[in-house]
Amino acid sequence: MHDQLLRLDGISKSFPGVRALSDVHLDLRAGEVLALVGENGAGKSTLMKVLAGIHQQDTGTIHIDGQPVDIDGPKTAQSLGISIIHQEFSLMPDLTIAENIYIGREPHTGFGMLVDDRRLNRRAADLFERLGIDLDPRTKVGDLLVAQQQVVEIAKALSFDARVLIMDEPTAALTESETENLFRLIRDLRDQGTGVIYISHRLAELKEISDRITVLRDGEYIDTLQTGEADLRHVISLMVGRQISGEAGPTRSTSPEQPTVLEVSGLKRGSRIKDVSFDLKQGEILGFAGLMGAGRTEVARVICGADRADRGHILLRGRPVKIKTPTDAARLRIGYLSEDRKRLGLMLDQDVNFNILASSLSDYVNPFGLIRDKPGRLTSERYVESLKIKTPSIRQQTKALSGGNQQKVIIAKWLAKNCDILIFDEPTRGIDVGAKEEIYELLNLLADEGKSIIMISSELPEVLRMAHRIVVMCEGRVTGVLDGAEADQEMVMDYATRSGSHGGIATS
Amino acid sequence: MKQADTVEPSPDEMLRPAPSGALGASWNLLRRQLQQVLAFASLIVLVAFFGVANPNFLTWSNMSGILLSTAVIGILALGTTFVIITAGIELSLGTGMTLAAVMTGVVLTSWGLPLLVGVVVGILTGALIGFINGFNVAVLKIPPFIATLAMMLIAQGLALVISGTAPIYFTDAPGFTDISLGSLIPGVQLPNAVLILFLLTAIAAVILSKSILGRYSFAIGSNEEAAGLSGINTGKWKIAIYTLSGCFMGIAGVVLAARLNSAQPSLGIGYELQAIAAVVIGGTSLQGGKGSIIGTLIGALIVGTVTNGLRIMSIPQEWQTVVIGLVILAAVYTDILRRRKQT
Repeated sequence: MHDQLLRLDGISKSFPGVRALSDVHLDLRAGEVLALVGENGAGKSTLMKVLAGIHQQDTGTIHIDGQPVDIDGPKTAQSLGISIIHQEFSLMPDLTIAENIYIGREPHTGFGMLVDDRRLNRRAADLFERLGIDLDPRTKVGDLLVAQQQVVEIAKALSFDARVLIMDEPTAALTESETENLFRLIRDLRDQGTGVIYISHRLAELKEISDRITVLRDGEYIDTLQTGEADLRHVISLMVGRQISGEAGPTRSTSPEQPTVLEVSGLKRGSRIKDVSFDLKQGEILGFAGLMGAGRTEVARVICGADRADRGHILLRGRPVKIKTPTDAARLRIGYLSEDRKRLGLMLDQDVNFNILASSLSDYVNPFGLIRDKPGRLTSERYVESLKIKTPSIRQQTKALSGGNQQKVIIAKWLAKNCDILIFDEPTRGIDVGAKEEIYELLNLLADEGKSIIMISSELPEVLRMAHRIVVMCEGRVTGVLDGAEADQEMVMDYATRSGSHGGIATS
Repeated sequence: MKQADTVEPSPDEMLRPAPSGALGASWNLLRRQLQQVLAFASLIVLVAFFGVANPNFLTWSNMSGILLSTAVIGILALGTTFVIITAGIELSLGTGMTLAAVMTGVVLTSWGLPLLVGVVVGILTGALIGFINGFNVAVLKIPPFIATLAMMLIAQGLALVISGTAPIYFTDAPGFTDISLGSLIPGVQLPNAVLILFLLTAIAAVILSKSILGRYSFAIGSNEEAAGLSGINTGKWKIAIYTLSGCFMGIAGVVLAARLNSAQPSLGIGYELQAIAAVVIGGTSLQGGKGSIIGTLIGALIVGTVTNGLRIMSIPQEWQTVVIGLVILAAVYTDILRRRKQT
């Protein structure tokens, strides 16, 4: 099955002041999964928008089945059999699955005034049967899990008889088992002759799902590799244009003999946290590893006061504390950095200064209850400098910053509050490979300065590299505490899948 | 620029090239304040237009008349600016103000207590209404629209019940009308109500830009969840913000009663919408996170000027309302255009 389905030659596209694509090549065969990788800004999205008819290329040609085509709009792309599934879904939660799939193309009855629901649902059911999807088309989309919504999006794309399916970060919101199901569906489609272009930041999963990998960098075509022969570190170096050291590099030495600052015992909340105990030492990076849904984020939310525990004790700097609200946590100098920075971390419309001072504003109040602006500004400027936050000024709106710099603004917020316990939930998610390194350096620096860090991460190499000790969780319990220097991926995965074991703490 | 949506910018380009240096700073400031600048320019244009259309418009007595009639809506608008910046809404302003006026009337005429007590009770009535609104929104988590809509009806009913549906006249409370109609500055025919408006504008501006309550209003309006996780006790502050708005409501009630020398229990409905209109015209976003006090004052003056100007041109009342509606559409649309340019 090596028929060439789609071929792009010499595609260039400029926007005022930006050359987004220059002379890019890509070819896709029927019945293959082609991974498209590159850092943010490499041009992946622009290229896909050219294919979807949202943008038109300045120069270059597109062939489908060897015929030159001119994709002058989304409708044309659709009629040529090109479907794109965006990272953010475009489904309407209050409509049913069938209504969503056929929106704008509903079968009509009653002189074209009414929707023929019976035919609509049957059409969707037929489609699902063909794709081997087990969902009732009459279910409201809002009642579905994220993974099921994803499946609906795919079904919708295929309902246009798509031959080229473009998926942008499809697994970003999925659990491992959901990802497995998605991959099964993609493989089925591939075997039926669909060409899939698969965009992802998660390089590890490319190994599993793709046949070939095309790398873009700075709007240029770099190389295309056979997945089977490709070394992931080589792919990364192609993406960033330099060697990345230590992505799976040497782990750090064991935990320093420091006093314990936080001791959690017998924590329980609902069905997500069953029994969690651990301790955190001063100047330590304590990794939290586990599969999705193991309860790591839930533990973090309890410690930072966002949720309340049903049971359990927290000893902070030797004293028992009750943390009922985030306000309590902040007062106790515990800072939480959510993985969802835009929704839970930042006030995007406000500037850098505002965000850095958000937690510590009361430190800058004069006796009349008014805020003294100058000392606050100096604080912000100090953190912009010391954390190397790239921003034209502290007056810049935070929504204009890159992910890495937004993360640094949130770090600055907690440092300005004098927090000495920082809980990072997926600290590098959605951050460029290059900027990740900076965050890692920063974490090490903070730990060296005596801050105690809890680092929740789903990227095992990251945890193995950064953490002094690793707490492994499975299904709401701690199944093991490993020494960072001795642990390896196999050990962590072993503990992460020990469901049902009654979580006696295996000390290192 | 459109391109920002469509190109994936590289990390460095993510820092939108903003002009640097002193010039850049003042440009940024201007851009941020554009809505206020536009509103102020429209106010000037309006005054000039009505001045040319009718020579009586620009007389001192008419101008101070405009200011006097703007005072009540302006005071209401100042308070509710805080609420709207939190992405909330306050619909009980009009009838709550009436209830405050009625309470002042009861205290001064039925009970015959001193003037100051009447004024304080009026303001406290407003504060209490605001507090209850804040409690309902922050603790019971009732959406602000519903919570304050219900309060609007409750306050309206209570005002009628307490007053026995009849106006309360302040003829037995000497000096009460001076609160609004007296003139504290000798030699200048400027009613006290206007002075109160300006004084409250200054106070509100300081609270919004310099106090924690002001800063947290923006924080809550920008991203309430993130504000909460930053350690801000958003519930407590929302109650404080609605209570503050309630205080302004109470003051507006006293000022209105003093101006009319009576508490009219059936008056009040519709004031809340004019006040909200003034806030929106002044560039405060109903989506929250953005707004200014000076903008609100200008917005209130625009509402007052349009109403007065149209009246002086003998345009019927019905049409005045239509024009105010159009002004709101225009104001909000310019804001949308501006936002679109920014992103």
